[in-house]
Amino acid sequence: MKIKITAFGIAKDILKTNSLALEITNVSTIGELKDHLCQEYPDFKKLQKISFAVNEEYQTDDFSLGENDEVIVIPPVSGG
Amino acid sequence: MDGGDSCAPAKQVSFTIKKIKNTLIDIQILDTPIDNEACIDFVNHAEAGGNVVFVGTVRAQTKGKKVLKLEFESYQPMAIKEMRKIAEQVMEKWNALAVSFHHRVGVLDIGEVAVTIAVSTPHRKAAFEACEYAIDTLKETVPIWKKEFFEDGEVWVAAHP
Repeated sequence: MKIKITAFGIAKDILKTNSLALEITNVSTIGELKDHLCQEYPDFKKLQKISFAVNEEYQTDDFSLGENDEVIVIPPVSGG
Repeated sequence: MDGGDSCAPAKQVSFTIKKIKNTLIDIQILDTPIDNEACIDFVNHAEAGGNVVFVGTVRAQTKGKKVLKLEFESYQPMAIKEMRKIAEQVMEKWNALAVSFHHRVGVLDIGEVAVTIAVSTPHRKAAFEACEYAIDTLKETVPIWKKEFFEDGEVWVAAHP
């Protein structure tokens, strides 16, 4: 399955890009994607928290990814 | 680097929703200075007994360390959605008459305004509480990130435990 990853804040620094096309096998949920990213980019494990959004909404670990989904990697927010 | 829309450099977006449940909500993410007066004017309402305004500004130091400047980055469409959710909660929980909620993005110097929240309610106590709820919740849920620039480097705020 092909998905697109878009990253902000420190997640962009960890991935060394703000956008990444990913061909994933054995990954079908947000939770599995999180594990995959933490394995490929261990610096994600050092973060306080990591969240994901699809369709401009936060999604939980059990969210099923679909072909061509754009997944936003959301490190701890710090607005205000 | 992909030039997709969601990664495009922040540009001024104005998103004003009028007459939601007979009230007024004004959400904006701006790459130009915030106009506090515009926020106050927006919430002015004939039924209001008090308008409370919170103005968040860029502090010159963090834990004793001199800050040179800040940079805010947002995931704009979702940040607007999340700010709107907060404004709608404020309307519901505190019976607000109007809410104006502006956040700045881009590079900010010391003393510049990062966020302004104005709330009007029939009685003042609700407006104080609503304003505090709005800024506290923004810091938890709205996809905006702050980078602090020091003399010896730069740090994404709150990223690490």
